[in-house]
Amino acid sequence: MQVPAPFDYARAESVEDALSLLQRHGPESRVIAGGHSLLPMMKLRLARPEWLIDINDLFELDYLVEDGGTVRIGALTRHATLLASDLIARLFPIVTDAEKVIADPIVRNRGTIGGSLCQADPAEDLSTVCEVLRAEVVIRGLDGERVLTMPEMHRGPYETAVAQDELLTEIRFPVLPRSGSAYEKVERRVGDWAIAAAGASITLSPEGTITHAAIGLTSVGLDGRTATRAEERLLGQRPADELFDAAAAIAAEDCNPVADQRGPVDYKRHLAAELTRRVLRRATERAAGEEG
Amino acid sequence: MQITLTVNGTEVTAECEPRTLLVHFVRDTLRLTGTHWGCDTSNCGTCVLLMDGEPVKSCTVLAAMAAGREIRTVEGLAQNGTLDPVQQGFMAEHGLQCGFCTPGMMMTARALLDRNPDPDETEIRSAISGQICRCTGYSTIVRSVQWAAKNQEGAQA
Ligand SMILES: Cc1cc2nc3c(=O)[nH]c(=O)nc-3n(C[C@H](O)[C@H](O)[C@H](O)COP(=O)(O)OP(=O)(O)OC[C@H]3O[C@@H](n4cnc5c(N)ncnc54)[C@H](O)[C@@H]3O)c2cc1C
Ligand code: FES
Ligand code: FES
Repeated sequence: MQVPAPFDYARAESVEDALSLLQRHGPESRVIAGGHSLLPMMKLRLARPEWLIDINDLFELDYLVEDGGTVRIGALTRHATLLASDLIARLFPIVTDAEKVIADPIVRNRGTIGGSLCQADPAEDLSTVCEVLRAEVVIRGLDGERVLTMPEMHRGPYETAVAQDELLTEIRFPVLPRSGSAYEKVERRVGDWAIAAAGASITLSPEGTITHAAIGLTSVGLDGRTATRAEERLLGQRPADELFDAAAAIAAEDCNPVADQRGPVDYKRHLAAELTRRVLRRATERAAGEEG
Repeated sequence: MQITLTVNGTEVTAECEPRTLLVHFVRDTLRLTGTHWGCDTSNCGTCVLLMDGEPVKSCTVLAAMAAGREIRTVEGLAQNGTLDPVQQGFMAEHGLQCGFCTPGMMMTARALLDRNPDPDETEIRSAISGQICRCTGYSTIVRSVQWAAKNQEGAQA
């Protein structure tokens, strides 16, 4: 029987309450959201907090609203809610694509977007998605709020800018007109983490040239998760298969996969290129409104 | 710590450690051993029960997190001595062999049918995609759920 080491438990009643509990109980206290990353780690003794602050009653952190040119998502929004949202499917199909392949429907009932970003596992699909969408995150402490970009939030594998006594409260996606996005992942079996995955977002000018491009890769050791050189290759160009081939080759060159039980380096690099090519094509079709 | 929750329609209050997992709480404290416990790594889905109507893997939920919520286990499927259509479906279509995955499969099927009374095969396969059956190969499980969908009213009457 695998159970976590002993700890104390408190249930927060509001964001303020969660923040004071985190401060009161000090460095060995952690929040628990869906618990679907934290509890498995605690069973394996990879994490051993002395206090868990449960934030599942904070309905104030469970929302999804369009607000001017931004979609604001509460940190406690579950994977299942994101997958079911028509607003998300219309504006950010990359999120819907990714949610379909994150774990399985039962895990998606519990796991949250905030937990995914704070876990910052290199294989975390939503981290790549948020990078590609140039998301901003809102982090709250007892002294107030700060807004960070994803590169500022993600300091490295399993390491974020969210301090022990702070909460990630909101994720913001800017809405870009004439844009399309897509995500594709290869896994060993349904519900598994990515061997490799790619996401892209493309914005077209009225004349049909690419005015903004974002490419992100999951699980292949890309520094900062976005393929900057490949993005630059696309700017100002007209979408074309040869152009996407070139960008995909650059992205594959710039990533740094490691060989493990999921496959050798060559295979992962091959996947990075092929998946980049595919998501660029699909994101462009969606930006041009060619896909329903 | 002491927690109070509703289990199969009845309010219960019991002692547990904060680290007690919901699966162990229902099995060992409440003696509801119909909920099985397999991989312990959130993968196999034998521990699935319903929390506020949604299937969850109870090996990855603390009992403390279930305080104040409504839990439904396989013991709560039959009503007034009549088996739930899902249970009847698993009998009629031989949706089990060893029976180890069966309680979890039936709970997921119940939640699916509550939300979508007429799911197609893809929807059923997707709903149970986080659950592993080492015996039947899933086809008979899918047929069992389809049987239950077809016989919802008839079986309940
Ligand atoms: C079987 C299985 C398969 C999975 N497959 C995938 C997959 O393919 N792709 C994928 O991306 N993910 C996958 N996951 C992970 C799943 O998406 C997790 O639910 C998610 O990564 C973490 O979300 P959570 O809400 O459960 O976080 P928790 O486990 O509750 O928390 C994770 C970490 O974040 C911190 N935290 C949580 N919320 C906040 C907050 N608001 N502010 C500050 N800190 C916070 C916690 O303290 C903890 O350190 C899988 C999980 C399982 C169990
Ligand atoms: S025992 Fe919970 S998923 Fe396997
Ligand atoms: S019936 Fe044996 S595991 Fe499913």
